[in-house]
Amino acid sequence: MPSLDDLRKRIVSVKSTQKITKAMKMVAAAKLRKAQENAERGRPYSEKMQNIILNLTDSISDPQNAPKLLIGTGRDQTHLCVVMTSDRGLCGGFNSNICRLAKKYFEKILKEEKNLKIITVGSKGHDQLKREYGKYIIKKLSFKNKKKISFVEANEVGKTILDLFDKNEFDKCILFFNNFKNVMTQIPEAQQIIPTEVKKNSKKNEEIFYEFEPDEDEILEDLLPKNISIQVFKAFLENSASEQGSRMTAMDSATRNAGDLVNKLTINYNRSRQAVITKELIEIISGAESL
Amino acid sequence: MSENFNLEIISPDQILLNTAVKQVTIPAYEGLMTILKDHIALITFLRPGFIDVEQENKIEKFYVEEGTVEFFNNKLLILTSTTIKLEKLTKENIVKMIDETKVLLENPEINDKEKYIISHKLETLQQIS
Repeated sequence: MPSLDDLRKRIVSVKSTQKITKAMKMVAAAKLRKAQENAERGRPYSEKMQNIILNLTDSISDPQNAPKLLIGTGRDQTHLCVVMTSDRGLCGGFNSNICRLAKKYFEKILKEEKNLKIITVGSKGHDQLKREYGKYIIKKLSFKNKKKISFVEANEVGKTILDLFDKNEFDKCILFFNNFKNVMTQIPEAQQIIPTEVKKNSKKNEEIFYEFEPDEDEILEDLLPKNISIQVFKAFLENSASEQGSRMTAMDSATRNAGDLVNKLTINYNRSRQAVITKELIEIISGAESL
Repeated sequence: MSENFNLEIISPDQILLNTAVKQVTIPAYEGLMTILKDHIALITFLRPGFIDVEQENKIEKFYVEEGTVEFFNNKLLILTSTTIKLEKLTKENIVKMIDETKVLLENPEINDKEKYIISHKLETLQQIS
């Protein structure tokens, strides 16, 4: 049985934790609105870009000689996995969800005896992966000191990926990030960016004949690297919205749990106080009786 | 029949413009290109220059450095990460950009393609100032 003093201390400490989580929730909520706006505004760009590339792919004249970024190297031996996580913790299952999905994929790759290479973006993912898969991590990027992720950072990641591709370091590149659906739900997602995954639209049957200026190959050569950066940027935006949403929900439930705990402790505290008073009374009364 | 078609200018962080327009002139990679309604389906690049957007009774000008253009089914789509409304460019900004561009142009390591683009950028910037 903890003493009254212990209980009082415990209540105070839980209360101050509650204050912190409440403040974090507020901050996350404010940041979330902005991040969500950014993510939603960024979506049209990447979607339209994908669309253009899709249309281009359809009308390419010589598929054998298409750029390697589009059709791949023809092999499927080395996989490069870019795991994008946050730089800060205390955001619920956000980072673990991405890592879990990534780990599942890693296991599959290793089972098939393919080569695995990992780039981690964000320090939390690196922390979670380094113990098990440390030897596969070839690069660790973190933008901890940047307040806001802009296209410049995404471009940096994109360049890193492209450089490795030019050196023939990998055949397939997969991006892991959290897709922001709403505040409560964030879906971890794996997106293949090299070679470009062509999702056929079933409803689009009509053939469009585009005029190209300059010709298709040149456009594709310029567009594909750009598309990589754009997809990375999209992942960044989705991730930051997801991070804030996830943190908000986590902190909300933490605040609620702390409240429950305080209630329970207070009841305990009052009971033991009552018990002490009763005990003292009994002592006084029985002392008076014995006289 | 209206003579208008739809124009969308989209940058990675926002939709800059989404409206009906009469005609648009874009600095395509191989030269200026004016697009009217019922233009043939087209995909092309932009080099540095101005986008002139002509609506019913007003003309808007945008400065742009690069981008991708798609025209299809009377919808013009301009994807670019470096667009700015001409009025929003300040004198100091322009002077700074001109200086930066000049430095780039003197770099002997650039290839012809880059040179072509950079010199267009310089020309455009000098036109504004």
